[in-house]
Amino acid sequence: MPIIMDADRMGRTLMRIAHEIIERNRGVDGLAIVGIRTRGVFIARRLAKALQQIASEPVPTGALDITLYRDDLMRHAVGPQPVVRRTEIPFSIDDQKVVLVDDVLYTGRTIRAALDALIDFGRPKEIQLTVLIDRGHRELPIKADYVGKNVPTSLKESVHVRLIETDGTDEISVDNVPEEKS
Amino acid sequence: MKRLFKGGRVVDPANGRDGLFDVLIDGDRIVRVAKDIPPDGAHVVDVPAGFVVVPGLFDMHVHLREPGQEHKETVATGTASAVVGGFTAVACMPNTTPINDNAGVTEYILQKAAQAGLARVYPIGAVSKGSNGDQLADIAELRAAGCVGVSDDGRPVKTALLMRRALEYTAMFNMPVLEHCEDPSLKGEGVAHEGYHASTLGLRGIPGVAESIMAQRDIALAELTGGAVHICHMSAMESLRAVREGKGHGARVTCEVAPHHFTMTDEALASPVSYDTNVKMNPPLRAAADRDEMLKGIADGSVDCIATDHAPHHYDEKKVEFDVAPFGIVGLETCVPICFDRLVHPGLITLSRLIELLSVNPSRILNVASGALSDGAVADITILVPDLQVTVDPARFKSKSRNTPFGGWQLKGGVAATIVGGRTVYMNDAAAGAGRFK
Amino acid sequence: MTTRQVEAPPISALRHKDLLGISDLTADEILLILDTAEAMREIGDRPIKKVPALRGKTVVNLFFEASTRTRTSFEIAEKRLSADTLNIAATASSVVKGETLVDTALNLEAMAPDMIVLRHAASGACHLLSRICRAGIINAGDGMHEHPTQALLDAFTIREHKKSIAGLKVAIIGDLLHSRVLRSNVQLLTKLGADVWVSGPPTLMPAGIERQGVRKTTSVDEAVEGADVVMLLRLQIERMQGMFFPSLREYFTVFGMTRERLKLAKHDVIIMHPGPMNRGVEIDSEVADGPYSVILEQVSNGVSVRMAVLYLLAGGAEHETAV
Ligand SMILES: [Zn+2]
Repeated sequence: MPIIMDADRMGRTLMRIAHEIIERNRGVDGLAIVGIRTRGVFIARRLAKALQQIASEPVPTGALDITLYRDDLMRHAVGPQPVVRRTEIPFSIDDQKVVLVDDVLYTGRTIRAALDALIDFGRPKEIQLTVLIDRGHRELPIKADYVGKNVPTSLKESVHVRLIETDGTDEISVDNVPEEKS
Repeated sequence: MKRLFKGGRVVDPANGRDGLFDVLIDGDRIVRVAKDIPPDGAHVVDVPAGFVVVPGLFDMHVHLREPGQEHKETVATGTASAVVGGFTAVACMPNTTPINDNAGVTEYILQKAAQAGLARVYPIGAVSKGSNGDQLADIAELRAAGCVGVSDDGRPVKTALLMRRALEYTAMFNMPVLEHCEDPSLKGEGVAHEGYHASTLGLRGIPGVAESIMAQRDIALAELTGGAVHICHMSAMESLRAVREGKGHGARVTCEVAPHHFTMTDEALASPVSYDTNVKMNPPLRAAADRDEMLKGIADGSVDCIATDHAPHHYDEKKVEFDVAPFGIVGLETCVPICFDRLVHPGLITLSRLIELLSVNPSRILNVASGALSDGAVADITILVPDLQVTVDPARFKSKSRNTPFGGWQLKGGVAATIVGGRTVYMNDAAAGAGRFK
Repeated sequence: MTTRQVEAPPISALRHKDLLGISDLTADEILLILDTAEAMREIGDRPIKKVPALRGKTVVNLFFEASTRTRTSFEIAEKRLSADTLNIAATASSVVKGETLVDTALNLEAMAPDMIVLRHAASGACHLLSRICRAGIINAGDGMHEHPTQALLDAFTIREHKKSIAGLKVAIIGDLLHSRVLRSNVQLLTKLGADVWVSGPPTLMPAGIERQGVRKTTSVDEAVEGADVVMLLRLQIERMQGMFFPSLREYFTVFGMTRERLKLAKHDVIIMHPGPMNRGVEIDSEVADGPYSVILEQVSNGVSVRMAVLYLLAGGAEHETAV
């Protein structure tokens, strides 16, 4: 299982992205960070910390659960429903520049759901997208504004993101999926 | 035409017989029951080993629904069901539409029974006009038309006073009053036995005492009047206690228990199917302690009869909310297998005692000349197969209705043939081989 | 589709087609519903109080008993999840023309609803429907049997104030006999490990209630003493028939919840009532409107809990998937 990003690299990548965000937005004024559950939330928090370090100003940070917006939710006649977690956006996103954060960008469907969900919270001035890994294979016309690392993958591979907060370690690997489940 | 049933075990408690005997019948009569009767030109029927020849079974509590509710059952389908169940006779309750409270209805039922030509039908007349509990029905007229007892079944005789009068009046015909024991105020809108299961399911309860309190009233009045009271479909241990006490005092009281009340309990309300309307009957399935007490009464002799309370209802009528469904289940075609499986095979009672419960005693209580294989008696005979494996399949019932909680039950014991007036009206080819008892 | 990098949720689901009663749920399933309801609650605080989760699903609210409160709560929940809803009230339907519940349900089935929310006066009506309908059945109150979503929202409300339900002393007081809220709450609270006491007139005590793992007493004071939660049940005056207790006045004197009585409870006790209340009968107005009353929270929590139930049941029973 080849490691494509270790803890050290991850820290530097996030710091680099933080700089890019500040550069593009000319500071953190009117900026808000929203992470997509589960791992996007922790990445968003780290990013917010980095932004605060650089700009010496706190950036409002929220968490978004996109389960209820998934386009595959009711596609199957029957089957257990995915677990819904709490969405926490304790600030108004009206006229804010919202930086959406997720761990891996793949088909783009998660981001599509997240965009729909965000719009239900108000009318942001702008939405930008940050991902740690872009592994390609888009099924929707979606592109990230800030990418930690582009990793060309085959459909047989899967990208595993592990974070201290959820998995006890910071590390991203690409693994071969043993067999396709239906 | 003479037929000689050869080599079977004959169980005939009224004549003190239980052993291998031959039974010779001529036309509609029994000529002789003895060992090694020579054929002498009679058609010989070999009774296979393991089969038992008994006096015709008599279910003294059934609802044939005719006239008025022919979508549930008719005299023809009800008696067809009876003979499949091994019954050569049934007593049918008067809660038809109209109520059997006059000779016209009685004669109608008897005429239908004669047309069907299957089991004998003994109508029970109403105690009161319209079973309303206000005025005595014309009981002498009912008696003359063929009724063998009176009852306001479906409900109790309304007042103690009317019950007293009924007991006094029927005593002159030596006819019993058959009582559906239930205190209407204690029953209220109850639909199930009052207890844990009804309570958990949110069903209104009927306590056992709703039954026994009325049984106590009636037994006291039987003592007072010298009349004979018969407690129908007894379910509660308190009622059995009252019956035992009454018998101890010499009151003319007898009682019957239905197969569902000595096999099932109120647990059936919850499982395997909750709110199954096929376990809704009145009186309701009671607690395990009641069920066990019924078994005890059957074993120790304090219970006189087993009667099915055969209560057919149309499929649609039962496919409703539990509260709305009518009370009652069909019972004629499952009675014998249940009795064998739950009473005889476990050793609770002997086969001879079972025949008392299902034939001798009902005949005696209703003063009907049956229940014995005596020389010269009418040839009403049932042939049983104690070891027959039976799986209850409601789809194959001869009854018009299928409302039974016993569907799928696997039981040991069945019926091989039913002979009414010397004529074989039912043959179970699967048990006996085609045509054997013709 | 396994290689999606959306966090694969732990498979923890309601494996039922219907919600007929709390009696069918395990403690874990109850907790899943409550956790999901937490997540659902936030949707009510958004500018646009709607998510597309049940888009294209049809939910029929079939109410044979009038209940604006429960029906409205379900309807809001359905709409927040973007389901198409259809309200059928008994008086407006063909029921009055003698059509049976089964007929009504079969006619509805022809419209292929995904779920039917049923309120009916007969205990077990939902069981009957679940046997004949393809649609999932949600019990919104069946006779004296159960009212599972009420018990779930009660538990949700208790959890908000007391964190965990295990170990709490909960006193349930009132007309126990006729109460479906009682039956659902007893099931739920005992499954989650609460110490449940029930109290009321002995004439309104269901037979065998103690076999359900609760303690019964006719002394309200004993039930309330040291209680963390006091839940009052509506006295269903319409069902009383004048035989269960002498008068409303006497009922209030012996069983009514007054401020004085409440002093026996823990200092941070909460007061609940499924509504609608009979003020001055089972509950003193002072108590109903007092600081420990969470009665209005119960109402608003109802929507979140019903959203959770609708969402989780929409997945259907797992045993129906191809094996
Ligand atoms: Zn009866």
